[in-house]
Amino acid sequence: MTDSGVNKGRRRFLVGATSVVGAAGAVGVAVPFLSSWQPSARARAAGAPVKADISKLEPGQRMTVEWRGRPVWVLYRTPEMIERTEALGGELLADPGSEEPQQPGYAGGPLRAIRPEIGVLIGICTHLGCSPLFKPDPGADDVGVADWPGGFFCPCHGSRFDLAGRVFANVPAPLNLEVPPYRFESDDVIVVGEDEETA
Amino acid sequence: MANPDKPKAERGVMRWVDDRFPATQMWQEHLSKYYAPKNFNFWYFFGSLALLVLVNQILTGIWLTMSFNPSAEGAFASVEYIMRDVEWGWLIRYMHSTGASAFFVVVYLHMFRGLLYGSYKAPRELVWIFGMAIYLALMAEAFMGYLLPWGQMSYWGAQVIISLFSAIPGIGPDLAQWVRGDYLISGITLNRFFALHVVALPIVILALVVLHIIALHEVGSNNPDGIDIKARKDESGKPLDGIPFHPYYTVKDIVGVAVFLFVFCAVIFYFPEGGGYFLEKPNFEPANPLKTPDHIAPVWYFTPFYAILRAINFSLFGLDAKFLGVVCMGAAIAVLFVLPWLDRSPVRSIRYKGWVSKLMLTLFALSFIVLGVLGVLPPTAARTVLAQLCTVLYFAFFLLMPFYSRWEKTKPVPERVTG
Amino acid sequence: MKKGLLALILALLPTLGFAAGGGAHLQEMTPDLHDRASLQRGMKLFVNYCMGCHSLQYQRFSRAAEDLGMPQDLVEDHLIFAEPLGFNDQMRNAMSAEDGEGWFGAAPPDLTLEARLRGTDWIYSYLLGFYRDPSRPTGVNNQVFPLVAMPNVLEPLQGVQEKVCAASEHPVEGAELDPLTGKYQSCEVLQVTSPGAMEPDEFEGAVYDLTNFLAYAGEPSRLKAEALAPKVLIFIFVFGVIAYLLKREYWRDIH
Repeated sequence: MTDSGVNKGRRRFLVGATSVVGAAGAVGVAVPFLSSWQPSARARAAGAPVKADISKLEPGQRMTVEWRGRPVWVLYRTPEMIERTEALGGELLADPGSEEPQQPGYAGGPLRAIRPEIGVLIGICTHLGCSPLFKPDPGADDVGVADWPGGFFCPCHGSRFDLAGRVFANVPAPLNLEVPPYRFESDDVIVVGEDEETA
Repeated sequence: MANPDKPKAERGVMRWVDDRFPATQMWQEHLSKYYAPKNFNFWYFFGSLALLVLVNQILTGIWLTMSFNPSAEGAFASVEYIMRDVEWGWLIRYMHSTGASAFFVVVYLHMFRGLLYGSYKAPRELVWIFGMAIYLALMAEAFMGYLLPWGQMSYWGAQVIISLFSAIPGIGPDLAQWVRGDYLISGITLNRFFALHVVALPIVILALVVLHIIALHEVGSNNPDGIDIKARKDESGKPLDGIPFHPYYTVKDIVGVAVFLFVFCAVIFYFPEGGGYFLEKPNFEPANPLKTPDHIAPVWYFTPFYAILRAINFSLFGLDAKFLGVVCMGAAIAVLFVLPWLDRSPVRSIRYKGWVSKLMLTLFALSFIVLGVLGVLPPTAARTVLAQLCTVLYFAFFLLMPFYSRWEKTKPVPERVTG
Repeated sequence: MKKGLLALILALLPTLGFAAGGGAHLQEMTPDLHDRASLQRGMKLFVNYCMGCHSLQYQRFSRAAEDLGMPQDLVEDHLIFAEPLGFNDQMRNAMSAEDGEGWFGAAPPDLTLEARLRGTDWIYSYLLGFYRDPSRPTGVNNQVFPLVAMPNVLEPLQGVQEKVCAASEHPVEGAELDPLTGKYQSCEVLQVTSPGAMEPDEFEGAVYDLTNFLAYAGEPSRLKAEALAPKVLIFIFVFGVIAYLLKREYWRDIH
């Protein structure tokens, strides 16, 4: 074992090559292990898009469907509700223009919906995950503000949202309610969990 | 107690660590200044490969546990869930099921190496005994793991093996019932086997592997010539025939790992069922306590001992055949533990032993393989006679060893290792 | 000694095979998982003729659609009949095990893993092995699975098959090879005596497709495994070559 005649460059190169290829192999082995934590086919089947039949939904009413274990509200806004919501001033709301990506691109505008009268919202408060209550009537006295325009009120920490799910300013919740991907399969059937484009 | 003389890094992070933990010392003791004989041959790959397979089993096992459902109602379906619904689950499952067989392949070759070169002889008795304890724990681990998929073979294989306990006179039936935790193998048995398979036995095996390696590194590795390399050292105290394990044997073992992985992956991807020996066909049917499969055979790595069990079809000394078979099967494993004291030869390696030892070792290896083959096949009269003959040869190797190993003429052992 | 061991192992290997249950000679069937058209036809046959009684409780429609290259709407329109089942569901059926036991005397087994349990040769031969037997409650018996409880559901396609004395190209149990014709003379030959919707060749093709589909359903990961294998093996080979060069380089030190 003498150092004489050792080709150090070749040795260093081979150590490097073995290490690099070996490390690439280790990464390759890691791939199946890490990807096996992705939602399984069973989870994906359970989280598949759900259909909501809105033919029996009356104006002013709200129905709830379950999608991926969360409540999704489908709200039929009356023209009067739409008017009130659109009239809400920017100073009352934290994000009136829906700048934060809490909705798909096709659900834009103040009403954050494909069709103005039909609102689709994930009924989970963006503060700490409670499900807000539906307080559609203007001036409700248990919401804690004067001039309540109608909307949703979270009983856990007092966050307030309007009928388009936009969060009021100066409440604990930081963001507007999330709008899930959805599309209209027909006039009466909404598919929640599927984007418009893939229709 | 901190040893003031222990080797430490000169400075930097390692120095900081070495002041608190003997990292450099351990590195040197077990790798860079662990002197191994320079004449290791093909047979010396299987120790490191066993370690590799152990890591594979633990990793894939942990991942399987994430999706497996250890209940009689859900176990079978959850295996199919892993095979189909979990991303890459099929690969992780096949790595585990093929790994089980690979484990026994490398362990059997590793043990045979020990027999070839007398690696069990003084001063390596404890290395051998720890190794045998690993083998025993491994058999328990494999047996319990085989029940978990809850297929027909899982169920009836466990049924047969647990019934072996009932052969013990007096306490037998109660003991078998205690192991099952029920009047038949049920979800209760499955649950306790699951706990032992994924928690208890892996801990035991890991601890034993550490003991095995510590004991080995205390006395140093044997070699194909069976001579002590520490007997001849150079002026600096390094064995003349020794080379540092790292880098020389690490780079060599990497080549072995690559060859092994090539074969291992080919099996995983192309023949995961191993021709019906790694995954047995009846195990694709859920366990049914009311219907025994046409033909039950244990997994291949247990078949030599199963064949010994079945070979005993006669009563002797007032013991019935069933009990005697269990005793013989147990003895076939137990006798391996006392091997270091059976070998009275003045030399370690088969290279310098006499022709009787060579013949006996050959016959032993053959009888083990033939028993393994017979254990898979349904018994016939001729096969039973053959199994009995092989059982005799199996035990003759051990029980006659004190005589032939002492009396035979051995060749002179060289002072330095040969090529 | 090593050579001796090897020779012995090789000599013993052929005796290792398990005997197939039933004893009847099985016709060979080699699945072709790359033949998507065959697999699709097989799935259609399964859904139409088998799924009334047999489930594939671990096989999802969606997975089959993906693996066999079928669009979702096509599967939903043509392959999913039972109302509560959706595209992402497993191919379960509505019949309960108790009903099955009551109607047939034995609950129709789930067939997801049938190809792995019995092999494709068995399934193929079994499906071709029905023949008329008035002594049976179903009116048919089976060469591969004698006294089977299942009726010949494929009879509308196959026609009525009967056991006759004839020469056959396939070896049949108890048949003798006629050295002149190269055929097997036996009274155990199955022959279609009253034709069904398909010609015998056509029917064999349909049974092949059905068996092929069951082979797929037994192990849907097979194609993925075989696609991945060469990449992994080539990678390991390259790694091995580099590792060998490294080993040789270091071992130059050792004399």
